[in-house]
Amino acid sequence: MYDFNYQRASSVADATTKHKAAEDARFLAGGMTLLPVLKQRLDQPSDVVDLADVKDLVGISEENGAIVIKAMTKHHDVEHSDLVKSKIPALAELAGTIGDPMVRNRGTIGGSLANSDPAASYPSAVLAMNATIHTDQRTIAADDFFQGMFTTALEPGELITKVSFPIPTKAGYKHFPNPASRFPIVGAFVAQTKDGTRVAITGAGPCAFRVPEFEKALGSAFDPAKIKDVKVSADGLNTDIHASAEYRAHLINVMARRAMGG
Amino acid sequence: MPAVKMTVNGKKVSGNVEGRTLLVQFLREHLGLTGTHVGCDTSQCGACTVHVNGRAMKSCTLLALHVEGAEVLTIEGLATGDKLHPMQEAFREHHALQCGFCTPGMVMSAIGIVNDHKELDEKTIRHQLEGNICRCTGYHNIVEAIGAAHKTMRG
Ligand SMILES: Cc1cc2nc3c(=O)[nH]c(=O)nc-3n(C[C@H](O)[C@H](O)[C@H](O)COP(=O)(O)OP(=O)(O)OC[C@H]3O[C@@H](n4cnc5c(N)ncnc54)[C@H](O)[C@@H]3O)c2cc1C
Ligand code: FES
Ligand code: FES
Repeated sequence: MYDFNYQRASSVADATTKHKAAEDARFLAGGMTLLPVLKQRLDQPSDVVDLADVKDLVGISEENGAIVIKAMTKHHDVEHSDLVKSKIPALAELAGTIGDPMVRNRGTIGGSLANSDPAASYPSAVLAMNATIHTDQRTIAADDFFQGMFTTALEPGELITKVSFPIPTKAGYKHFPNPASRFPIVGAFVAQTKDGTRVAITGAGPCAFRVPEFEKALGSAFDPAKIKDVKVSADGLNTDIHASAEYRAHLINVMARRAMGG
Repeated sequence: MPAVKMTVNGKKVSGNVEGRTLLVQFLREHLGLTGTHVGCDTSQCGACTVHVNGRAMKSCTLLALHVEGAEVLTIEGLATGDKLHPMQEAFREHHALQCGFCTPGMVMSAIGIVNDHKELDEKTIRHQLEGNICRCTGYHNIVEAIGAAHKTMRG
């Protein structure tokens, strides 16, 4: 790892000020992505601004029919939150599938979304539930947030503060994990929302995406039978040593049906 | 170089480190606590697992400066004199190790699993152990040992 100047922020304002003042800074949340990246020398920031002391970035609440999760809330705390378990059980379940217990004890929802790994678990939930991402500067709709592999709508130095998930009538998440890394090879989140049933997939493309073919077939139903014969094209899907694009296309249908209990 | 202070196995310690110094380097190289192992470069094997403020974490993926002021517990802090911690005793009793390389991390994760679960069945143990890799044992006896220690530790 190349060396860097380590700084700790005391508040959101302090974090963004320190980030701006530095030549080329990165925020540090759980470090479960940033540190492996730095260890591989894939990145060389001048400064690392640690968010560990920013206490008002932690917590889960219910506000106007939505579950609001602050950016520095750990995967473990989402998995075990009584509020999340009672309002959006599929989201608690998803958090419990991320990596392993040590990863869940450190990794945060804000870090996961900012990073937009092609196989990250949370983006599927954010897209399917039509969540809103709040930053220190603005709010961003889920459909506008994920723009490509490791690419989001965030500007340099923009800090995610919280994510607001409108509570769906029904939701389910199922993934097919890579047995070595635990990341989903394909993960599907299906949510019955007030604007119809939304299906979002992670692991299969450059970033999480919705499946219009499935959504059209489902309308506002939450019924695996309705998509049984709906095929997804393998064009543009990922191929790697773990799975071909064709196999991923097949898994998308299987995981989406399983997410609806099929 | 910046200074860092923390409590390791009940003792207050301090040192000067670089921004990039990892907790595992601080433990092994500055404090000479070489019980915590490094088995990979990708945050996947769990050999480096320690407890920070009571929770199991990978010390190879934590900056030493990040844990400023924290309580750290390593494998060296478990036994009381010659008396092994119940989890260590269960690993010995159930032959849950062969070469022993993964063992410090396994034991620290295992204690975390027991602390987190009032009830614990085999399926849960196997799921919770996904972050610890062992290339010798085939896991069977490790799972047995954790189940047994759960009974002693939770009474
Ligand atoms: C062994 C292993 C297995 C894993 N398995 C999975 C898995 O199955 N599914 C999954 O989804 N993930 C998995 N992960 C990744 C894990 O969930 C990470 O915790 C997550 O991707 C990043 O969150 P973090 O808090 O650790 O962020 P960090 O590593 O601290 O930061 C990641 C990036 O986001 C930026 N950032 C952090 N917080 C903010 C913020 N609030 N605003 C703006 N930018 C920010 C940082 O600057 C950095 O560029 C795994 C990781 C490991 C090591
Ligand atoms: S050394 Fe492998 S996870 Fe830390
Ligand atoms: S006992 Fe040898 S790696 Fe586990």
